[in-house]
Amino acid sequence: MEPVTPTQPDLQTGDIRAPRLRPPLPLFLLQPILRRIVTRIAAQNPDMFNRLGPHRSANFIIDVKGLPFALHLRPDPDDLLFRAVPRNRKPVADAEIRGGFLDLLGLVDGESDGDALFFSRDLVITGNTEAVVCLRNALDDVDGSIAAEVADMFGPPGRAMLSAMRRASARRKN
Amino acid sequence: MQRPELVCPAGTPAAMRTAVEAGADAVYCGFQNATNARNFPGLNFTPDELERSIAHAHEHGTKVLLAINTFPPAGKVDLWREAIDLGARLGVDAYIVADIGVADYIARNHPDIRLHLSVQAAASSPEAINWYCREFGVKRVVLPRILTVSEIKQIASEIPCEIETFIFGNHGLMVEGRCSLTNYITGQSTNYDGVCSPAADVEYRRDEEGNLSTRLGDFTIDCFSCNETAGYPTICKGRYLTPARDKGYYAFEEPISLNLSSLLPDLMAAGVNALKIEGRQRSRAYVRNVVSSFRKAVDAIMAGQEPPLADLIALTEGQKQTEGAFKSKTWR
Repeated sequence: MEPVTPTQPDLQTGDIRAPRLRPPLPLFLLQPILRRIVTRIAAQNPDMFNRLGPHRSANFIIDVKGLPFALHLRPDPDDLLFRAVPRNRKPVADAEIRGGFLDLLGLVDGESDGDALFFSRDLVITGNTEAVVCLRNALDDVDGSIAAEVADMFGPPGRAMLSAMRRASARRKN
Repeated sequence: MQRPELVCPAGTPAAMRTAVEAGADAVYCGFQNATNARNFPGLNFTPDELERSIAHAHEHGTKVLLAINTFPPAGKVDLWREAIDLGARLGVDAYIVADIGVADYIARNHPDIRLHLSVQAAASSPEAINWYCREFGVKRVVLPRILTVSEIKQIASEIPCEIETFIFGNHGLMVEGRCSLTNYITGQSTNYDGVCSPAADVEYRRDEEGNLSTRLGDFTIDCFSCNETAGYPTICKGRYLTPARDKGYYAFEEPISLNLSSLLPDLMAAGVNALKIEGRQRSRAYVRNVVSSFRKAVDAIMAGQEPPLADLIALTEGQKQTEGAFKSKTWR
């Protein structure tokens, strides 16, 4: 049997290099958590779906650099989907959004500007641009912070984790 | 020196609340249709959203200016009239208009609501501005971004209305309200449909090396190598190949943003009544950072202090900024 190559981030791009062979990730452990998160956010912000227009049934792949899996989002309030998918078996999607973890966190935290991240090339979008623009506008019309709403779901540990990530993000900007 | 009004963008109700909290004196916005020049998908206000947003803004002493700044095509003027009448019912403080038919409708039907002449009207001479004031009772003109501060001062001395100038955001050097570049490729008009480079026609392609090509319709309008900063996918900021050049070059404009932080004292001394921040398509984070920075700068100048100049380069297009024609006609 061919030896398993550990997953290594590319220091230039932050990408994960696909190993020739690797053990299956236990993504099934993540799925209920992701489902709970998206259900809660949708319930707390029902108006945001209006901004998606015809793209509420679009499938988005969110590719976070450094994570060993990608995220699959379908922001349809009648058929919500948010799940982890293996990088080498990403489903066919309408659009893909790719960026670093802290950059994407900044977007859902209301602290970063998507256009600025695009200008600096820290955010890459491919596929249906209109669907991505609608999703961006829908997420940005949420008062407060989606990241904080998610952190609140996990109580003091969640809030502490978000605070730590915000500090890391601030240090990087400075 | 009089205290200028800080006029700030809002593409969503959350952005408007952010602008109000950040110190905007006035916020401009539009409906979700072709009556405004940022008719982008998922952006702008429904009537209910605008009603609630106006109530919130007025509670905090902030004015709301409604952009009706596109040109109605023949046979479609009813959409513009409905937007105007709706704005009046909801209590907007002023309309920002470009088309003379739209201006005439407001002057006749809503004479008590202030009329501001949009930059899209491209009125850049005292004669043109005086005509708008005389015919429609225009109370403020938003000047095109092609004038130096000394020219603005001269104009201010020759017109009876207020002057508003852009201080941050899109550089906008095309003859505003006349650009048809998007129309040639997409069939959609910036001036009639309110959309420049519609997102549905934009496609980004990333190759294995990390180079990013930007396509509008069937045309590639730029290609950024992996370490290059990018700009908006507009034809006017594309790079093009010609036999006379070795490599692609910016035929019209570079991806760059206007930033007049350091010219604020001069603009205020020149008699500018309102300072405008561009960017209704931008996020709450952009609105919060840019509005609060200029709020502090204007307040410092009014207090006779040196204005703090915030570093806004990360928010600029292509991560480059310029004082453009405001400082020198030979800025490029």
